[in-house]
Amino acid sequence: MMRHQDLHPSVDEVVALHGGDATRLVQILRDLQEGQGWLAPPVVTELARKLGLSRARVEGVAAFYSFLHLEPVGQYRVLFSDNITDRMQGSEALLAYLSEKLWVEKGKVSEDGLLSIDTTSCTGLCDQGPGLLVNGWAIPRIDQERLDQIAQLILARQPIAQWPDELFRIEDNIRRQDTLLGHGLQPGEAIRAAIARAESNQGDRPVSERSWREGIPAATPGPAATLEEIKRSNLRGRGGAGFGTGLKWEACRNAPGETHYVVCNADEGEPGTFKDRVLLTRHADLVFEGMTVCAYILGGGRTTTHGFLYLRGEYRYLLEPLNECLARRRRDGLLGADICGRTGFDFDIEIHVGAGAYVCGEESALIESLEGKRGIPRNRPPYPVTHGYLGQPTVVNNVETFCAAALVAKEGGDWYRAQGTAKSAGTKLLSVSGDCERPGIYEYPFGVTVRQVLEDCGARHTQAVQVSGPSGTLIDASEFDRRIAFEDLPTAGAFMVFDETRDMFDVVRNFVHFFAHESCGFCTPCRVGTAMMRNVVDKIHAGRGAQHDVEEICRLQKVMHLAAHCGLGHTACNPMRDVMQRFRPAIQRRLKSLDFEPAFDLDGALAVARQMTGRDDAKAHL
Amino acid sequence: MAEAGKLRVATTSLAGCFGCHMSLLDIDERLFALLEKVEFDRTPLTDIKHCGPCDIGIIEGGVCNAENVEVLREFRKNCKILIAMGACAVTGGLPAQRNHLDLGACLQEVYLTEPGLVNGQIPNDPELPLPLDQVHPLHEVVKVDYFIPGCPPSADAIWKFLTDLIAGRTPRLGHGLIEYD
Amino acid sequence: MNMDVRPSFLLDGEEIPFEPGQTVIQAALTAGHYIPHLCYHPEFVPHGSCKLCTVKANGRPAAACTLPAQAGLEVESETEELNDLRRTLVQMLFAEGNHFCPACEKSGNCVLQALGYDLGVMTAGFRHFFLDRPVDASHPDILLDFNRCVLCKLCVRASEEVDGKGVFSLAGRGISRRLIVSAESGRLADTDIAVTDKAVEVCPVGVIIRKHIGFQTPIGRRRYDVRPISAQALEDAPRKPEARHG
Repeated sequence: MMRHQDLHPSVDEVVALHGGDATRLVQILRDLQEGQGWLAPPVVTELARKLGLSRARVEGVAAFYSFLHLEPVGQYRVLFSDNITDRMQGSEALLAYLSEKLWVEKGKVSEDGLLSIDTTSCTGLCDQGPGLLVNGWAIPRIDQERLDQIAQLILARQPIAQWPDELFRIEDNIRRQDTLLGHGLQPGEAIRAAIARAESNQGDRPVSERSWREGIPAATPGPAATLEEIKRSNLRGRGGAGFGTGLKWEACRNAPGETHYVVCNADEGEPGTFKDRVLLTRHADLVFEGMTVCAYILGGGRTTTHGFLYLRGEYRYLLEPLNECLARRRRDGLLGADICGRTGFDFDIEIHVGAGAYVCGEESALIESLEGKRGIPRNRPPYPVTHGYLGQPTVVNNVETFCAAALVAKEGGDWYRAQGTAKSAGTKLLSVSGDCERPGIYEYPFGVTVRQVLEDCGARHTQAVQVSGPSGTLIDASEFDRRIAFEDLPTAGAFMVFDETRDMFDVVRNFVHFFAHESCGFCTPCRVGTAMMRNVVDKIHAGRGAQHDVEEICRLQKVMHLAAHCGLGHTACNPMRDVMQRFRPAIQRRLKSLDFEPAFDLDGALAVARQMTGRDDAKAHL
Repeated sequence: MAEAGKLRVATTSLAGCFGCHMSLLDIDERLFALLEKVEFDRTPLTDIKHCGPCDIGIIEGGVCNAENVEVLREFRKNCKILIAMGACAVTGGLPAQRNHLDLGACLQEVYLTEPGLVNGQIPNDPELPLPLDQVHPLHEVVKVDYFIPGCPPSADAIWKFLTDLIAGRTPRLGHGLIEYD
Repeated sequence: MNMDVRPSFLLDGEEIPFEPGQTVIQAALTAGHYIPHLCYHPEFVPHGSCKLCTVKANGRPAAACTLPAQAGLEVESETEELNDLRRTLVQMLFAEGNHFCPACEKSGNCVLQALGYDLGVMTAGFRHFFLDRPVDASHPDILLDFNRCVLCKLCVRASEEVDGKGVFSLAGRGISRRLIVSAESGRLADTDIAVTDKAVEVCPVGVIIRKHIGFQTPIGRRRYDVRPISAQALEDAPRKPEARHG
């Protein structure tokens, strides 16, 4: 495994490596930091000058991403994954253990500058947690023994490149596979099928003459034939929103532009989701194949096309294997010029690595990040299909969507839509974690009941399931016959199981903190609302809550729901909404009063004065 | 208890400058009309030390120490309607400008390490109220029913507010009467 | 072309004509109808972040400053629900920053304050964050008081687009989002800002303050002391239709 980070490239070298291209700013900052540990003020100044950007702009971008540091950090930066599933696996106690062992306070750098310990949003290792990142490299299955080993390596100042590979070994844990995971496609097969479908219909008949009634979309000439298959398949986006993939591709294909962009959203940040990690590990060829098919459809020899895969920073360890896969595909004529020998079919894919920002999973924020900016969702319209990357027509789809599209290109739309339900064609990958015997990846045809999944994964005494992560839906035991499908329980894939021993207030508090941490801060309702929500929930957690606070939560939810700029702000209210509906006693029983309690701890607010005066009489307390 | 037909009103100043009370007095001759409708319980104008059962409590000033909290609690307990009057009561105001300073460091500097101090000591007499680490507006400590912003609110704003309230109308201050400065 | 067939949409039941390319707020202001707003400025591409101008268009909430005007659209703005939302947003901004109006040179000329007056906001209501935001007084002619920042990005936009300098930028995320200046020292004095820059003039609140001219107009006789913002905004609105949009 390659975990190089001991090179110290200069600003000049890194800028040159990226062709002096300011749209690659996030990648440049990542590379600089990977060599230098942090982004020192003179480095930012020099970089801004080299790229012809204002210094404030560069600093603003760097300060947006959690994994970019403008302050000195430890030589070793240990970040414990802080999803609720990590907590259920003991992450908080483990963090405290390591802090104590290495004499460093959470959130601080040790005095000798050797290390820092902190938490980070879900690292996507929920089925083998608790997870952590050391200098960006993922380590699963943390326990005391492994922490002892890590502590020793840190104290010995062992370069990460020399740490035992075993520490970094991440399992795929595929528990159930269906047509996607069991596809058996060889690299290039789907692309060749798409080309063959186009060439078998070289006739001059215009698109308008295609025969729908006879069910022969194959009569459509050129790359549009495969687009028709995608449309016929009823494939819908797997990122959660479920927009029709064929419609999206068609709208993008029809949009005028010099270059059409194909972007794979591998910024799998929704807590509890890790199926894209497995697809990228096991089926990278299928992902790239789907992207290439998309490019074939979008470009069709008329315009140039280019691809990006936006890989979340937490999956940094996948970068080299993915780049190797891309290199192999270039060698095999599956990427680059004249793909599969078809003259003029030119397409290539480059990988951008994120830097710790959940909001970049929103497609327009992702595009902003690809352009080297802060990941702030754009105002829409216009939509990315017409004005996306650099203002050009852009398709952004989830990893799983591209995989499914590759299968459709090969097997046809009818084959695909025969699986699943009428409104939800095909299969869905679920990332199952939490209280069950067999966490991991489960692929089902759409329409499977929650109960079935619970049975298959060995869940017992289940109290609740969080479907599609914090931004999704929390359901209780009375709803386990509901189905995973766009028409019932739509999901991006997360499936977190909570048994009867869990306090649902802890669950919702974890999610509320998550959204406050990940809000981009662009719009008032989300920036201020998520932070206020966090404060209120913490107040209730501290045993100082009152009915007044519950009313304030409702008020904040209303504002965020009505006025937030993007899906993050809208869905940030979902966990609280669901817990209030389904597990209200979990909140009520924590309230101190049914009326009003002060916003802060009155007696605690006197602690400093008590200490300074040495008083402890009755009047020194409230 | 109030005379028949009159509302009993208590007022006090916490961490404030009494400017809001001065503004209340600035309603001038309208005070006579007001006194036909209300009578005063604890106020800086009367010699009543503790607030008894009242219809309306009006408080200026923010909450900066333990005594402020006790007085505020007493008002909340006894007043059917509690009004935060003025910028300090509504937002923390001027006293809250200390909120970005560390209280411990402040006390240390003022009483112990300030050059020129001889045998400095941080006052610790139990009669002195202990300061809170930050100054807060009233609504962060008790439930507040109405707010009159301003530093101070103008006499006209106070008059309009009180006459609305006494008449049983929801008080509304229009343009020129709502002022935050 | 017959001017009578200009397209129009409905705003609170009244017909508002518009030019293609206009947003709902541009068309409304031009036609003499006020929609409360904070981060929108007629001379700049709409930003859409403060959400004060949220309306309901065909029943769906949207920011009027970024919503393209479309023929037949039915827009609601002056409703209790939406004004309640706007009041809450103003309250959230007051609770987020440290807004001590009595000591602010911008008082009376401040858009946030004027919105509070006009919407009848009597208190922030929420718990104040009391964030620590040190003042930058390094520049001889300009004071930066970050305590009052509402993150509207107008100074960032003005400095980049009009002044061609890039003196300001926003950094951070969530509640830690903040205004920064373009200098390694972090001090305004070390940037190339000039007191005549558009960025200095455009701040709607009291963050960017010109020194030496304080309190030239006495409190009580300032812009929004004289006239509520709902009336002032219409007076300032460009009368001829403009067609800028994002």
